[in-house]
This record gives sequence, structure tokens and C-alpha cells, in this order.
Amino acid sequence: MTTGLGRRAVLSAAGVVLAMALLSPYLVMFFTAVKPSAELRVTPPQLLPTVWRFQNFLDVLGDPAFQAWLRVSLIVAGVSTALAVGAAIPAAYYTARHRFRGRSVFLFLVLVTQMFSPTALVVGLYREFFAAGLVNTYSALILTNAAFNLAFAVWILRASFAAIPRETEEAAAVDGCGRVGTLVRIVLPLSRPGIVTAVIFAFIAAWNEYIVALTLMTSADKRPLTVGITSYVTAYVQHWDLLFAASVIAIVPVVVLFALIEPHLVSGLTAGGVK
Amino acid sequence: MIQASLGRYSITGLYQGFVGLTNYAALLAQEALPTVVVNTVVWVALVVAVTILVSLALAEFVNLPFPGRRLVRWALIVPWAASLIMTSKLFVWIYDYYFGILNRLLTAVGVVSQPIDWLGDDRTVMSAMIAVGIFVSLPFTTYVLLAGLQSIPAEVYEAAKVDGASGWRTYRAVTLPLLRPALLVAAVLNMIYVFNSFPIIWTLNDRNPGFAHDTLITYMYKIAFKSALRDVGLAAALGVVNVLAIFAAVLAYLRIARWREEQA
Repeated sequence: MTTGLGRRAVLSAAGVVLAMALLSPYLVMFFTAVKPSAELRVTPPQLLPTVWRFQNFLDVLGDPAFQAWLRVSLIVAGVSTALAVGAAIPAAYYTARHRFRGRSVFLFLVLVTQMFSPTALVVGLYREFFAAGLVNTYSALILTNAAFNLAFAVWILRASFAAIPRETEEAAAVDGCGRVGTLVRIVLPLSRPGIVTAVIFAFIAAWNEYIVALTLMTSADKRPLTVGITSYVTAYVQHWDLLFAASVIAIVPVVVLFALIEPHLVSGLTAGGVK
Repeated sequence: MIQASLGRYSITGLYQGFVGLTNYAALLAQEALPTVVVNTVVWVALVVAVTILVSLALAEFVNLPFPGRRLVRWALIVPWAASLIMTSKLFVWIYDYYFGILNRLLTAVGVVSQPIDWLGDDRTVMSAMIAVGIFVSLPFTTYVLLAGLQSIPAEVYEAAKVDGASGWRTYRAVTLPLLRPALLVAAVLNMIYVFNSFPIIWTLNDRNPGFAHDTLITYMYKIAFKSALRDVGLAAALGVVNVLAIFAAVLAYLRIARWREEQA
């Protein structure tokens, strides 16, 4: 189909424009990151550096402190995502498939937990973890992040479980699948887009969490990236170039994770499960 | 927090005893409060509404098959993947009067003849912040809606086609109703996050004195730590009010969206 080909070309072109628009601020970030310090503030402002100093990136990557922050971020975001999504799946499945007294209230209460701004909660959290002797441990940060993201995971998974026709599950039951079997073999594969969205959300939220990490992690080598990189620009040292380079690097793991699981955003239902 | 809102604290944060509702009365007497409330409503309403509308289009777009779609999806994740604080700092850099690339670009193209002090001028600072707010909310909203679109079975579209429905008609009669659970999640969570959003306004409004462009959240922080007031009790009172405000707003929205009926 020639018209189909033309249409696809137009779409691709529009896609390029859209991608550029979304990336443009971060291109500015990137160009700033490869400028030598002396070029940061010039008038008139230049988008591109006159000298490309990729050494900034190597400086950041070679910094042992940066490596420690990166490791903490990966551990905390990874484990808390697994916890949040793992705990949300049964909760979301149950609320999507069963009507019980207070279901709306339950779902709304889950939502209420999101309404408190973390800034307002952080003092209470600190006291709680201090009492439990968990200040400055990974578990404290992991638990907090998992708890913060649980609500979203429950909501998005519930929406995607609810969209699966009951008939599909009934067919599985007829074929001799148990409750758990149906969930694992039928429901989860069919709701991959929802799961992927929940994973991305939980990971990004944990990855970029700042205020709780700032408060709970008191020793410098246990801080995650968000807190750590701010030490590049303080009252005493101002390495804006390094800060921007570190920020660009910090985006990479998220995009990689996304690139790995993005194929699963394609629906499991397009093939047609109900005849 | 509720306990703190009922107490009185010295300027250094020492607890000085129970004062009942005095902090709430003092809060209502704050001169800046009406401005801050209006700012908050404008901020939340505009950011959420524009984000949802643009995201609906974006989600449809990245749902279409075309070469390079994966790359567009990857690009779409970046504003979300970047830390909010860094994005805010970045936009301060871009909006900057002297060194910012935005003014350079606009003057070069000839849209404006004079550089604009985006974050210093009372007329532009709010719009500048709202633009950033929308920009960072788009990826999340689009992906929630995309997940919703993906859950709609292909058979429904085939049926609509067989019935001879036009594209727009199909969209309104089939896509939108089936997208309601996802739309609801996107709208409600956006309302909460945008309301609670701190870094954008905090960072972009940093240079401006007073409370003329603050929302309730940054106002709360300023009362507690930055302003002449330094009043933890008053800030805690506002914190309680904030939670109640967003609670009421979400409840009202759910009522309008007839959440309960949809459950059945």
C-alpha cells in the first residue's frame, strides 16, 4: 500500500519532531555537561561548546564517591520496585475480581496515603526508623520507597486486571487452572502493559526520591545519586559541569531499564483471547 | 503533624505547649493566603488539564505503528527519568535572562526583540513554571493512558468498524469510555502529585521575594523554615489543611467522575 507507506513516513517525521521537543532541554543539559567550566557563563549564550570536554563524564564516572551513590541507587530502586509490585499484584487482583464491603473505601484509603507530601512525613519516618534502629540502612530506604509506590502500583494494576474479560479466566478454570494458576498463567501475561507501567513508575520514583534519602542516610557513602550529586555544587565548590554530567549519567539506567521492558507494553490482548 | 499543629513553637523550634486551634486562626489571618490559594488552584487545574489533553493525543500517537516508534517512546521517558530537582535547575538555566538559551533562541528567530526575564517578571513566572510542570507530567500520564489503550481488546475496534463508525466516532464512543479507568487513575494521581509538587516552584521561584507565586506546599515550607515567621506550629496547621484540601478535591473529582457506579 503506497498510501500506507506515505502515512508511516509522515508519522515517523512527526515522531522525530516530538522526540526532539521532549529531549531538547536534556540536550542543553548534555551540551552544558561537555563544556569546560570557563564556558558555562558567556554572553551571548552559546548552545554548543567551543571545546568539547568529554573528560567531565570520565571524571564523574571515575569518582569513587559517584560509583558508591550509583550502587546505592540501583540497589534501593531495584529492590523497592520488586517489593512494591510484588505486594501490589495480589491486592490489585483481589480488588479487581471480588466485590467486598468497603472495597471503594479500601481503594480510596490506598490513595490517601499518596496525598501526604513526603516533605511533611519525613520527620515522622525518621523517628520511626530511629526507634527501630534502621536509620542509615538500605532497608529503611527500600521500605519507605516501596510503601510510597505501593498505592500507585495497586491502582494501575487493578485498572489493567479489571480490563481482562472474565470469560478468559473462566475458560482457564474450565481447563483446570486453579486461582493462583490463573493469575500467574493468564492474568499476569495479559496485563503486561499495566505491570510494565507499574514497574517503570516505582523504579523512577525510587530512583529520584530525594527528601527521605537526604534525611535517613546520614553517612556520605550510603547516599543515593540524587542526594550525592548535589555535593558537586555547594557553597564551597561549584562544579556545574560535573553536576550536569552526573545528571545525564543518572538518566541512563532508567532509559536502559525502560528499553529492556518496553516491548512488553504491547498488549497481550491484541491477538484476541475471547471468541 | 496534627499534634504539632496544635502546639506552639519558638523560633528555634522549641515546643512551648498546647495552644489548641490558635495556629489555624493565625493561618487564616495570613495576608498571603488568598494569593497562595489562587496560585495553587491555577497551578493544579492548568497543569493537570493541559497534561491530560496533550497526553491523550501523545498516547494515541505512540500507540500507532510506525518506524522509529520505540525511539519516540524512549525519548518520552527521559523527562520522567530525570530527577525533578535537576530538571528544575536545568530550566532555571534555560530561562536565565543573561545566559539562558531560550531568550537567545527567541531573539534569533525574531519572536521577541528584547530578552524576557522569564523568572523575574511577575507576568511570566507563573506561566513559565506551569510549562515546566506540564512538561514533566506528560510522560507519566501518557504511559498510564497508553497502558489503558493497550488493554482495550482489538475486537471492540473491529466491531466498531463493522458497524461503520468513523474514526472520531469510534474514538468517542469506544476508546474514551473504555479508557475511563486509566483516565481516572491518571487524573487523580496527577492532581495529587501536581498539588504536592515542590521542586519546580521552589527552584524556579527562588529569586522572587514574598509569596506572590507560591503554592500551598512551598508556602508551608517557607513558613516553617524560610520566612520571618519560622513557625513550625503554623506550618503544621497548613500541612493538615493541605492534606484535607487535596482529599476534598480528589473526592469531589471522583464524585463527578462517578467512580462508584463504574465499579459495579
